[in-house]
Amino acid sequence: MLERPETEVLVRARGLTKKFGSFTAVDGIDFDLYRGEAFGFLGPNGAGKSSTMRMIGCVSPPTSGKLSILGRDPVKDGSAIRARLGVVPQEDTLDVELSVRENLLVYGRYFGLPRRVIKERTAALLEFVQLADRAKSKVDPLSGGLKRRLTIARSLINEPEILILDEPTTGLDPQARHVVWDRLFRLKQRGVTLILTTHYMDEAEQLCDRLVVMDRGRFAAEGSPRDLIARYCSPEVLELRFDPEVHDAAADKLKDFSAERTEVLADRILLYVTDGDDALTAVRASGLEPLTSLVRRGTLEDVFLRLTGRRLED
Amino acid sequence: MAFRMFHCWLTRYRWIWRSSIWSSVLGPICYLGALGFGLGTLVDKHSTASLGGVPYLAFVAPALLATGAMNTAMSEAAYPVFGSIKWNRIYIGALASPLRPADIFRGHLMFMAMRLAMNCAVVIVVMWAFGAIRSAWVVLAYPAAVLTGLAFAAPIAAWAITVKVANAFNYLFRFVMMPLMLFSGTFFPLSQLPAGLRAVAYATPLWHGVALCRAFSLGTGPRDPVGMLGHAAYLAVLAAVGIWAGARTYRRRLYV
Repeated sequence: MLERPETEVLVRARGLTKKFGSFTAVDGIDFDLYRGEAFGFLGPNGAGKSSTMRMIGCVSPPTSGKLSILGRDPVKDGSAIRARLGVVPQEDTLDVELSVRENLLVYGRYFGLPRRVIKERTAALLEFVQLADRAKSKVDPLSGGLKRRLTIARSLINEPEILILDEPTTGLDPQARHVVWDRLFRLKQRGVTLILTTHYMDEAEQLCDRLVVMDRGRFAAEGSPRDLIARYCSPEVLELRFDPEVHDAAADKLKDFSAERTEVLADRILLYVTDGDDALTAVRASGLEPLTSLVRRGTLEDVFLRLTGRRLED
Repeated sequence: MAFRMFHCWLTRYRWIWRSSIWSSVLGPICYLGALGFGLGTLVDKHSTASLGGVPYLAFVAPALLATGAMNTAMSEAAYPVFGSIKWNRIYIGALASPLRPADIFRGHLMFMAMRLAMNCAVVIVVMWAFGAIRSAWVVLAYPAAVLTGLAFAAPIAAWAITVKVANAFNYLFRFVMMPLMLFSGTFFPLSQLPAGLRAVAYATPLWHGVALCRAFSLGTGPRDPVGMLGHAAYLAVLAAVGIWAGARTYRRRLYV
């Protein structure tokens, strides 16, 4: 069993299910989210992550099962719950025709905050996401990374207890992603509970205390990043790339190889082993000569491949 | 909470109000100039008995007020509502706040009412400048025109939120707005139509709006208080149905 902090449960789901017509997007999942943790939903597109996020965000009524957020019922008390949530949606919903500051003003008004409070928080938040010098400019010409940071600032205007982030860094360049991660990490340090979906393994490893791997509306596994790697992956991975002509033949031959597990991808073959260098020597000794080879540690991506049988980008 | 949404639209409007005012002044000037002076001079050479013995300009101007209200309702309720989900996603952003779908709807409707109030006031001022107003009762033509606009805006917004393809609005323009504009006693009295068509025209909302505005602008309204109340009641019911339906269609569309 996982070690869990003995703190307040903020979100509790039991048998949570969401159907759209005959399609089941979320298929009876159970989870508890605790105050102060960063919880990640990992999975390929269409796994049910966003549907789960929308239910937690109280904008999508569950089809069946139980869901309680901050101790309340999202269907009956959606408005009151949303007052205490922050949401960073997958696609920006910023008002591009308004200025940066006006976006925060309008949003703060949605939460019924007095103008004076909005003004104070706007200054602090723009400082926090390093956008203070752009306060007066319109949103439209801002780059994707700046827009994301503004979306994060906007989601914090009501000082939320839970911040819901749906693929917070999808589509950003590496620098912009690191800035976003850094800000999210600081929020976590301040005690904000983070719930995020991602299909970036490095993002999950950096930010999440606990995560679930979701596939076809269900949880395929649950644990801390390190846990999951230890449980579902060998210590080392040997990546082999062969000439496309002999790729299939090599794959056949390696099936009998004494690896813990073998994963045959379109372009590479992965051998899950205890010692990568030993394994490579053994492969060469058996008469196979890979074009390139790489020995690396097991990562979440390997866990993912094993659990979902699909590559993340699918 | 609807006021919070209204504030959003107001903030947006602050960026565009200048150009928006100019276009709402220019429209009525063109229409009254062309129809009142141009066409009106021709019409007035013949007997204007079927117009109630008033110059064509005085006959057509209040109808343009009501029609203008319908067109404002159309342009504020159709694409802006659709676009708030599909294009600028303002509704989606607002939905993550404490605002409920009904608040989002009502707040937007408030803004539409404000735009109607602005545009109708502009038309009345232009009417006055053209000398098209015959009675001080015109002060009641103003709320009548705004009510006419709301009787369109609320149902259109309630429907527009359910629209999946923007093309649907072309049908509304072509098959509803256009015939209404032409056949609601706007440019000619309904007595010119065959009896069957006349009955259809009487059932349409724009005719009631035109009848109200015209009666007050010409000063004949106070002689028929029951008829006036009837027109107003028809429009108020339509607006109320739209307001009732909108809260439901918004909820169904936004909480999925």
